[in-house]
Amino acid sequence: MTQRSRPLSPHLQVYRLPLTAVVSILHRMTGVLLTLGLILFVISLAQIQEGASAFKAMQSLIQHPLAELSIWLMIYAVFFHLCHGIRHLFWDMGEGYEKILMNYYLILELFGSIACTGLSYLFVHLPGGAS
Amino acid sequence: MSFKTPLAKARGLGSARSGTRHWWVQRVTAVALIPLSFWLILFVKQLFQSSYIEISHWLASPFNSVLLLAWAFVGFYHGALGLQVVIEDYISSEGLKISLIWSIKLIFFTAALSSLVFVMRIVGSVG
Repeated sequence: MTQRSRPLSPHLQVYRLPLTAVVSILHRMTGVLLTLGLILFVISLAQIQEGASAFKAMQSLIQHPLAELSIWLMIYAVFFHLCHGIRHLFWDMGEGYEKILMNYYLILELFGSIACTGLSYLFVHLPGGAS
Repeated sequence: MSFKTPLAKARGLGSARSGTRHWWVQRVTAVALIPLSFWLILFVKQLFQSSYIEISHWLASPFNSVLLLAWAFVGFYHGALGLQVVIEDYISSEGLKISLIWSIKLIFFTAALSSLVFVMRIVGSVG
């Protein structure tokens, strides 16, 4: 059997994915993760409607450093999904396909999501404004 | 040997004509969720900083109850549409695919309804 050199599709194990592709799969992964976050959101409401003691128990639980870290990772996932989602909306309008600008938009959305998470962290922990 | 017509086989497996609406509603809910996500941060602040009395009154105000329910319903809708696409992409068995999509829609609908009931109970407790 003669060997003919045919074009090969990229071997995913050795092919270094472009950053846009990495972000694209992260968009999907954060989306799946955030549906779990929505369930947690409903559970927190369940605790509030249960009464004062249930709410206090939940509040001390979420103030545990590990629990709070997971909440902030979840909020980062919200903003990451939001920022990349905005790029999808531009793509759907037929804008933002310039190849040389791909990584520029990527930095923009990563910076945007980190900034939104940081500002939210400050807002949540600054005194005042609650109630 | 099957005596079913091709149309009968295709029935119940999802119409080939409903994709556009799915795609469009996914975008509409996405846009709605942009401002609603910032409301979520207000809610998180309440979770961390407020007493029980404070958070109940905060949630019972019309502004916050409405935004909460908008967040929950639009969020679950968007999530169900998104998970449906993920399932359709990765699950090839037709029966498993459809039962997973239906289960997720049922669970998310119930969860969204629960948030409505919980908010009503919180509003009722504030009086």
